[in-house]
Amino acid sequence: MNLPGTGIIKGMVETARNFVGSYHDPERLTTIEYPEERLTQPENARSFPMLIFDDDPVKGLRCVACKICEKECPPQCIYIVQDRDERGKPRKFPRIFDLDISVCMSCQICVEVCPFDSIKMNTEFELSTDDRFGRLLLHRDDLAKSNEYYHQIHATEAAEVDARLADEKAKAEAKAKPAAAKPASPVPTAAKAAAPAQPAAPVKSPAADKPAAKPASPAEPAAA
Amino acid sequence: MRPDSAEPDLSALSTGDLVVESPAAVPAPPPPATSGFELTPKPATAPDADRGLLEVAIGPHHPSTHGVFRLNAVLDGERIVRFKPVFGYLHRNHEKIGENGTYLSAMPYTDRLDYFCSLSNNWAYALAVEKLAGLAVPERADYIRIITAELTRIQNHAALIGFLLQELGAMGTPLMYAFREREKILDLFEALTGARMMCNYLRFGGCRCDLPAGWLEECRRVVEGLPRFFDEFENLLSTNEILMARTQGIGVLPPELAVSAGVTGPMLRASGVNYDLRKVDRYGLYDRFEFRVPLGEHGDVYDRYMVRILEMRESAKILQQALREVPGGPIVDPKVKLRNFRPKAGEAYGRLESPKGELGFYLISDGSTNPYRYRIRPPSFINLTILEDMCQGLTLQDALVILGAVDIVMGEVDR
Amino acid sequence: METLDVIKTRAEAAVPGAQLALAPNGAVPAEASLVVDSAHAAAVARFLRDDPQLQLDYCSNVTGVDWLEASIKEKIKTRKLVDGVEKEVEETVEHKRPGHLEAVYHLYSMKLKHGPLVLRQRTANRVDQVRVASLTPVWRSAEFQEREAYDLFGIVFDGHPDLRRILMWDEFQDHPMRKDYVEPDDYEYEPTAHDDVLDKARRHYPVEEHP
Ligand code: SF4
Ligand code: SF4
Repeated sequence: MNLPGTGIIKGMVETARNFVGSYHDPERLTTIEYPEERLTQPENARSFPMLIFDDDPVKGLRCVACKICEKECPPQCIYIVQDRDERGKPRKFPRIFDLDISVCMSCQICVEVCPFDSIKMNTEFELSTDDRFGRLLLHRDDLAKSNEYYHQIHATEAAEVDARLADEKAKAEAKAKPAAAKPASPVPTAAKAAAPAQPAAPVKSPAADKPAAKPASPAEPAAA
Repeated sequence: MRPDSAEPDLSALSTGDLVVESPAAVPAPPPPATSGFELTPKPATAPDADRGLLEVAIGPHHPSTHGVFRLNAVLDGERIVRFKPVFGYLHRNHEKIGENGTYLSAMPYTDRLDYFCSLSNNWAYALAVEKLAGLAVPERADYIRIITAELTRIQNHAALIGFLLQELGAMGTPLMYAFREREKILDLFEALTGARMMCNYLRFGGCRCDLPAGWLEECRRVVEGLPRFFDEFENLLSTNEILMARTQGIGVLPPELAVSAGVTGPMLRASGVNYDLRKVDRYGLYDRFEFRVPLGEHGDVYDRYMVRILEMRESAKILQQALREVPGGPIVDPKVKLRNFRPKAGEAYGRLESPKGELGFYLISDGSTNPYRYRIRPPSFINLTILEDMCQGLTLQDALVILGAVDIVMGEVDR
Repeated sequence: METLDVIKTRAEAAVPGAQLALAPNGAVPAEASLVVDSAHAAAVARFLRDDPQLQLDYCSNVTGVDWLEASIKEKIKTRKLVDGVEKEVEETVEHKRPGHLEAVYHLYSMKLKHGPLVLRQRTANRVDQVRVASLTPVWRSAEFQEREAYDLFGIVFDGHPDLRRILMWDEFQDHPMRKDYVEPDDYEYEPTAHDDVLDKARRHYPVEEHP
């Protein structure tokens, strides 16, 4: 049996060692002074979703308003309205894309289900505000972030995505050539254009399906 | 005020076959010396008051702030006669949410059950769904699951011991030591899954993404540093006289009662029952690793503390073995669809050894994309069943220590 | 562990009068379940716990399941004489499943380390005959879980020592895990942030295009 009190003294020695260590040993000194000092975030870090565009923040959005993410989002915090052209024909573009980040739980499921690589996770975390609706209900233009920014925050993942998109584009072009040679490919119905529900759809649908008044945007070929 | 005639009424406790230890065995405290400040007793109205019993509602909030809940205690002097936990302050009907969504959409919600151990929760749910749909998991994914689950166990136990000491009045120090180590593990989780606590990492038939470059090396480095932390923690606590005086012989849980009450996890093993699902069910690839199951002898709070320390050491051993040989290959079964996942009709109960005990998911499928029935067997909720039995005849201060050693997280208890 | 058929026969012999049935399980065939009538449930449960070959001393999971009334279509293959030749014909048989509640128990043995055995008790309907026998006297672990099943499903466990609501508050009326539960839309209503969001959305986008 130990002398009474030795256990406490042992503990005190341990705390003393930690106290002294905290002046020189990086293992012991683990806190940083936050707003002045910052830790680098790991590449996989995630906060809330953002929409990727290629050149133009509006026209260049990769999102085709297929609403898959809206359907799969567990807390239902995405709200999408598809754009229509002057004749009321649906366009593959979100007129409204609202995301309520006070409801969003950063689960990343929208990113996983999006077949067009258009929604990705941001890493920005200093979002506290007293304006619930102005700053926490994000609209399409708040969400739009450039591909370069995406490369900055998730370098590896973004490189993979770019390679995949380039690959798909090449495949689609190779496919489009014979398809364009054939006359009278079926005219797309509104419903079909509105809901390319299958993830494989972007590769399969021939480019001739496109409406004639196709906006010249480099993002679209991914969907074509 | 303690009239000698006070015979605590235990009728509410008699549960048929069960023999509940009578609080009469506990020596009665000496009658308090009358002081000049004694309050004049109020006219008795309630029957409890007749017998000098006092009902105290502790909470909602304090019970050492494991979360919001209330303890209704009936005291006879300082001794506890009845002790009923009241739940539901954090109830959000998680099971209904699970039934209203698809199989996949329940996965991020499981993170929020026991928010200390989201990766074990993910695994338990994935295990149940894999059993239901008959999916196999690639070897590499199983290794990653074991590594993350054991890291989860270590950080949960470390934090729990810190909180337990906090309840004993050791403000801060042990908890901060635990949190320092926990931070390192959470950094690993963040690098792997993108989030520190709400990981949402596992998928049916594997994991969501592969290990990032350099993660294994970083993990090895952290695991190498763990034994030093355990030694330090034990130097600080294990022989501390105050800790021993406050925990030894307190909250004794006899093994028969523990088994009957469905107590699981470190609490069960502290009572000397050898039942660890990693050994019993051999889910994942646990039979490839060598580790021992620490058992307690007395079933008191000190044993629960010690079992957790030893379990952390065993977990570190598993980690060392697993990190030596993580195989290559795919991390997810490519045949499993993310969307429109429909297991065929039937039911399955999948369970695993989470840090808090047996975490089970019971699923009934009717062949649609949503589970027909989605039930969670929450270990910390069921471990609370015998809280009252353990606290009988003790003081409130002891009761809070006992509660701390049960290891509860209200997110899981209330669901 | 013995097969369910053997257990059933032995339980029937040990508890005279017990009406046991097997319920198949499409997903994990080894985990079919044993349906027991409430009158003999406690005796059967005691047999399962004390029988030296079973020793199911640990009741892991207790929960309720709500089955609405439904008609179930089943395809059965039968042999029939068609034009004088015997042929295998697939027939669709439709039968009604009356609505009922179910209490499900998952039993394991900590001593012998086997399991699970799934025990079920069924109520006659979902409205007024919702009583089953409580197994808390046999396994203490059922205490809180049966309270939860009572609270969320409205199954009444006869013989439970302390059957009160556990997760919902005591004054609450309905049973929220039932399949036909409708959330009261005026209950404790307070304006939430979402109302304003909706309002604002309406002002901004007057044409409601969202389906
Ligand atoms: S799934 Fe992708 S492409 Fe479809 S609406 Fe969502 S973000 Fe846009
Ligand atoms: S991260 Fe999850 S919660 Fe947030 S928008 Fe995407 S799917 Fe919805």
